[in-house]
Amino acid sequence: MKKKWYDHLWIFSLTYLILGFLNILFAWLGLICFVVPLMISIGHGNKAYCNKYCGRGQLFSLLGGRFGLSRKHDMPKWMKSKYFRYGFLIFFFTMFFMMLWNTYLVFAGERTLAQKVTLLWTFKLPWHWAYHGTLVSDGVAQFAFGFYSVMLTSTVLGFVTMILFKPRSWCVYCPMGTMTQLICKAKHKEVKS
Amino acid sequence: MKRKAKVKKEQCVACGCCVKVCPRAAITVPMGICAVIDEQLCVGCGKCVKECPASIIELREVQE
Ligand code: SF4
Ligand code: SF4
Ligand code: SF4
Repeated sequence: MKKKWYDHLWIFSLTYLILGFLNILFAWLGLICFVVPLMISIGHGNKAYCNKYCGRGQLFSLLGGRFGLSRKHDMPKWMKSKYFRYGFLIFFFTMFFMMLWNTYLVFAGERTLAQKVTLLWTFKLPWHWAYHGTLVSDGVAQFAFGFYSVMLTSTVLGFVTMILFKPRSWCVYCPMGTMTQLICKAKHKEVKS
Repeated sequence: MKRKAKVKKEQCVACGCCVKVCPRAAITVPMGICAVIDEQLCVGCGKCVKECPASIIELREVQE
């Protein structure tokens, strides 16, 4: 099949991870991967983001497929269940809002900036080399650290399940994927009734 | 007997991984809910079966 321009968006995903290593403020760019899929699903009622544009999915299929890093085994049943997928979505967004709250506290001056990236919501990794100060508020940098933590954590989880199971196993429980599918379901139910 | 791919709709996450590998462009994900395979186009090559991360596509024998 002929490759389309959007089949190369994995380069964007990879560049994003590298940029965040060099200057944490680039983490803000990751908002694109949150806003665009939501806009497409709310506006157009489909998952064109997943189906075509998502660079992260492409990166996993490249590494797991062409580079052969995946065992290509079936995922366990429970991981594909709605309980797990919806449960993970709720957990993911709970942690996301806690990150936003923490950012707010730094904005409000009640907490000082932590130059750390939190991996898997637990491990605090030093990341000070990527911080070169901000012109605005420390909160701007705090959000960047927090958001990069979310992106790195999901990449690591996706990478592990890529190795263990199929290349794009992450897509089965990816919160953005689950949420956009739910939005599409809700939208089309509305139309039908 | 011919073989055709069939999706277990209930478990589909609508990721579209199958769409990308189908050599016959037989798969679409209408309305972002689940994948649908056009039986007329499907040649039963099984590429989508291998690719689907949720492993919910199977090849079924159908009468011609
Ligand atoms: S499920 Fe997630 S990782 Fe997979 S294509 Fe959709 S947004 Fe990308
Ligand atoms: S079996 Fe082959 S032709 Fe049929 S839908 Fe799957 S990838 Fe396409
Ligand atoms: S790859 Fe599997 S889960 Fe994804 S859209 Fe196709 S059938 Fe559904």
